[in-house]
Amino acid sequence: MSAPNKSYDPVEVEALKPEEIDRATEEALAAVAAAGDLEALREVKVAHAGDRSPLALANREIGALPPHAKAEAGKRVGQARGAVGKALKARQEELERERDERVLVEEAVDVTLPYDRRPAGARHPLTTLSERIEDVFVAMGYEVAEGPEVEAEWLNFDALNLGPDHPARTMQDTFFVRGQAGSPREEDSGVVLRTHTSPVQIRSLLARELPVYVICPGRVYRTDELDATHTPVFGQVELLAIDEGLTMADLRGTLDHMVRALFGEGLGTRLRPSYFPFTEPSAEMDMVCFVCRGASVGDPDNPCRTCSSEGWIELGGCGMVNPRVLTACGVDPERYSGFAFGFGIERMLMFRHNVEDMRDMVEGDVRFTRPFGMEI
Amino acid sequence: MRAPLSWLREYVEVPASESGRDVAARLIAAGLEVETVEQTGAGLTGPLVVGRVLAIEELTGFKKPIRYCQVDVGRGPEDPQNIVCGATNFAVGDNVVVVLPGAVLPGGFEISARKTYGHVSEGMICSERELGMGEDHDGIMVLPPEAEVGADAIELLELVDEVLDIAVTPDRGYCLSMRGLARETATAYGVPLRDPALLDVAAPNAHGYTVEVADPLGCDRFTARTVSGLRPGAVSPIWLKRRLQKAGMRPVSLPVDITNYVMLELGQPLHAYDRHRVEGPIGVRGARSGEKLTTLDGVARVLDPEDLVITDDRGPIGLAGVMGGAHTEIADGDGGAAQRTTDVVIEAAHFDQVRVARTARRHKLSSEASRRFERGVDPEAAAAAAQRTVDLLVLLAGGTVEPGVTEVRTPSGPRTIRMAADHPDRVAGVGYGRETVVRRLQQVGCDVYGDVGPSALEGGERSTEGPEELTVTVPSWRPDLTDPNDLAEEVIRLEGYENLPATLPRPLPGRGLTERQRLHRRVGRALAGAGYVEAPSYPFVGEAVFDQLGLEPGDARRRTVQLVNPLSDEEPGLRTTLLPGLLGALRRNDGRGSHDLALFETGLVFLPTGAETAAERLPVTQRPTDEQVASLDSALPEQPRHVAVVLAGARERAGWWGGGRPADWADAIEAARTVAAEAGVELTLVSGRYVPWHPGRCAALHVEIDGSRTLAGHAGELHPRALKALGLPPRTCVMELDLDLVERAGAGAMRAPHVSTFPVATQDVALVVDASVPAAEVESALRAGAGELLESLRLFDVFTGEQLGAGRKSLAYALRFRAFDRTLKAEEASGARDAAVAEAVERTGAVLRGA
Repeated sequence: MSAPNKSYDPVEVEALKPEEIDRATEEALAAVAAAGDLEALREVKVAHAGDRSPLALANREIGALPPHAKAEAGKRVGQARGAVGKALKARQEELERERDERVLVEEAVDVTLPYDRRPAGARHPLTTLSERIEDVFVAMGYEVAEGPEVEAEWLNFDALNLGPDHPARTMQDTFFVRGQAGSPREEDSGVVLRTHTSPVQIRSLLARELPVYVICPGRVYRTDELDATHTPVFGQVELLAIDEGLTMADLRGTLDHMVRALFGEGLGTRLRPSYFPFTEPSAEMDMVCFVCRGASVGDPDNPCRTCSSEGWIELGGCGMVNPRVLTACGVDPERYSGFAFGFGIERMLMFRHNVEDMRDMVEGDVRFTRPFGMEI
Repeated sequence: MRAPLSWLREYVEVPASESGRDVAARLIAAGLEVETVEQTGAGLTGPLVVGRVLAIEELTGFKKPIRYCQVDVGRGPEDPQNIVCGATNFAVGDNVVVVLPGAVLPGGFEISARKTYGHVSEGMICSERELGMGEDHDGIMVLPPEAEVGADAIELLELVDEVLDIAVTPDRGYCLSMRGLARETATAYGVPLRDPALLDVAAPNAHGYTVEVADPLGCDRFTARTVSGLRPGAVSPIWLKRRLQKAGMRPVSLPVDITNYVMLELGQPLHAYDRHRVEGPIGVRGARSGEKLTTLDGVARVLDPEDLVITDDRGPIGLAGVMGGAHTEIADGDGGAAQRTTDVVIEAAHFDQVRVARTARRHKLSSEASRRFERGVDPEAAAAAAQRTVDLLVLLAGGTVEPGVTEVRTPSGPRTIRMAADHPDRVAGVGYGRETVVRRLQQVGCDVYGDVGPSALEGGERSTEGPEELTVTVPSWRPDLTDPNDLAEEVIRLEGYENLPATLPRPLPGRGLTERQRLHRRVGRALAGAGYVEAPSYPFVGEAVFDQLGLEPGDARRRTVQLVNPLSDEEPGLRTTLLPGLLGALRRNDGRGSHDLALFETGLVFLPTGAETAAERLPVTQRPTDEQVASLDSALPEQPRHVAVVLAGARERAGWWGGGRPADWADAIEAARTVAAEAGVELTLVSGRYVPWHPGRCAALHVEIDGSRTLAGHAGELHPRALKALGLPPRTCVMELDLDLVERAGAGAMRAPHVSTFPVATQDVALVVDASVPAAEVESALRAGAGELLESLRLFDVFTGEQLGAGRKSLAYALRFRAFDRTLKAEEASGARDAAVAEAVERTGAVLRGA
């Protein structure tokens, strides 16, 4: 910086002449505007706003002016430098924006490229459907009960009022487990592959305190060969409610609730009298077809594949728990009553999701299972 | 049971406007499972007439015999109908069914005069099948001579009808009869029933055929009647044949048709014996061991002492309630005059439900009779059924009833049930009221007497407080009604299940899913999230798959729970490992063209304890004791839940993003860690040698239970021999873990980590060790040596190469140090690192690389 000059003549300071400042400013602004890219702009910045730029040099001369002239010159130079700086900044942003746009365009990708680097996993729809049913009842206060699949006949049959001569207890229906080799009861060990999850109901009544509200999902076994509509191994969900004063109306309300929770509001159920040894009265339960809601009945132009234009879909069996079953479990039938129902998961999956062949559900083909994902 | 609507209308005045579907809907609502309503003769329009064959010209020169016939169709012999016919089972003078041009046969088959085999055929002579009457296509149908020529055959043969096909549940044996179905129909329409069993029945006397019942519990009723002088050659009239056909039975011969008809009508199985083939009295007794009987179906059977048999002097002549014997069978006309039956003994008996069921099952012989006895037959209908049979034999076969009427009966009283009058109300949740309850029970056939409840009597004066008790006497045809709830069902079904209201019970608040159930769900989600697809498989296994896996002869997994009646003799056992099923699913997918596979399954395996006892048959009249329940459990094998995964092909696929990565042993082990992590369990891995895994690529997976290290499973690559034997893709990897053990090792509630916000100090070390030293040992040494300042440790490289020397490997770790209360000084971090390295040197012989 120059030393203060006491003997000065303002007219002599060429650089601070207003016209000089204006000229320098105009040159600077023109250069900024002319800068075509960020590199050029950087050079413009050095030339017109750097330490050696005319305006910077002019600024240095202010100190040489007499006090009365300093303010005016300072203001003039300051405004000039401000204008140049502002223009630089604006141009800088403008050029950066242009550069970014160009670069980002260059970096663009084809977002439609497929991506199957790691094929997705999935849970089996029979598992997730069972869980979904469980959740409906858990929300109502029921608990989920489970039990062994190789089961004592007493629990699978006798306690359920299926006496020794019941037709279900034949080789045609039930897998019998071989006893100890050479023992007198080798072929009659009293042990079977459970034919329903009802033994879990019995175990629940034996083990739990009353009242009992349980849902019993699980795998069960019958001696059917696998074909499009049968499988020897299948999933069941059964429900048992034992309390004081439970009625068939409660059974019906519970079924209605389940159907609505799983298939949609406004759907109803129908009970048809039937026969099961473990319930009395017994009923077959149907639900209104959730697809056509009965509209396909008698309308051959709009057939419904889900219900075969019957308007109803068969769900399973139900009824009031036979007091004999309660007696076998030590529950006083004079005081307690209750209801039970059960149905096959495969069948429900078939009509809920248009599965046409039972084998698709048992063969483990990933093409079938994968689209079902984590929940159903 | 197939019930023709026309027959049903004989006993019930169903409004004429009601169709078969209408009746079916009423019966369904009443609890009968009407499976179909068949329209017989649907689409049939005449003219269809009775014709008499006047002349037959045999045409020759065709591949099969062809006849050109002249048939009188009612216009007189002078104006016959010319018809070409391919059947030969009729003769001049026979009456046949002729369909004339303009008619339409079932199936939309339009009849017109057309030229065939060189002649114009003006219609067709019909077979039974063409008319939709039955499956008989032996030839054309020859009508009895009395049929009127020119008469409308549609009406004569009752071709147009509706048949309800009803699946009868085991409790409703009475519905295996027109009588029972008519009763339900009458109740459903609220109209009276004309009971076909209400007949003028001859009273029993001492002159009938001698019957000796040695087992009065097995046979509590035996009625025998004798009819003699049956007209030879008598055939069943059209109406009788048609009813049998519609009900699904084949007409056989007049006496057999009559017994079948009466069985369908009244539900009482009957048997007709050729009187001249029965020697001496008819007996009923248990079979003797080793006795033999050839039944009507021609099968020679060895009898069991539990079988109930009908006998004559020579031995068994029938399996009681199941099937008659061949020897005493009544003979049809075919056998020649000498064998033709003229005198019959009619049996109408009642046999024990369970005895019949067992015999039918034992001999794998289900008959129309056994089906009825198993489900319950009305014992009081036996005499009426015998009477009805006798009446029809007289009417249709010209027989003479002998005056003797045998009836052997075991005395029994009526069965009564006591029930609170409001019991049906309490079962249904509906206030039916006493009057409705009584009325409905009476409609079922019960006698109902009101009774003041016990509490009212105790007070010594009449009180309106006591619950009224009903004494209900159930009808003889309803052996299924034994308990108050049975009566409640009758009331509720007749009042209509559809009229039940819907209410919701209020269970106590539940506790939600158990920890165990949550874990099972989490494991499934975690594996699916890691790319595995769930594939539940059947649990049936056999020796073959164990051989393919390469299990040693004494391997514990070969000891399976065995089935007495497996679906396949090749697979008589239950799985002891999930691998066979899951590998099967892998192979199936691979064979179908999916090659990049990751599958999982969770499910039970069945492990014999070797100490299983036979399970007791406990009584059902009271709760078993806890000891008894425990004894049942001790009859069962162990059934732990396992989880398994299998992998093959690419774990990550190659694509536009770059290269892929094949699934390998490390993925299988990672799956085990994924499962364990869901239970909050850290697995301890050691190198394992376990069939069927690759001996150098198998990790034994351990968990800590109650302070002791427990083997919980294995993971890694399969042995190449197993791959080859099972036909699996190369490098298939598997993991199997006992999920129950993992659950037991679970850490319980997660404790939140304390997070330090001071800066981290990172130190990398590379340690050279012998190739046989497991990385897990080096890592645990480093952790132990590093002390509390170590926040985390990660192995980021494994390197082998010439510069290290043969049999050596370099493990490079990144160690992160951090304190909770201060920024670590450089010396502190390096000091901790040095201590870590020193411990590794000490424990594993490691050498710090570059040191």
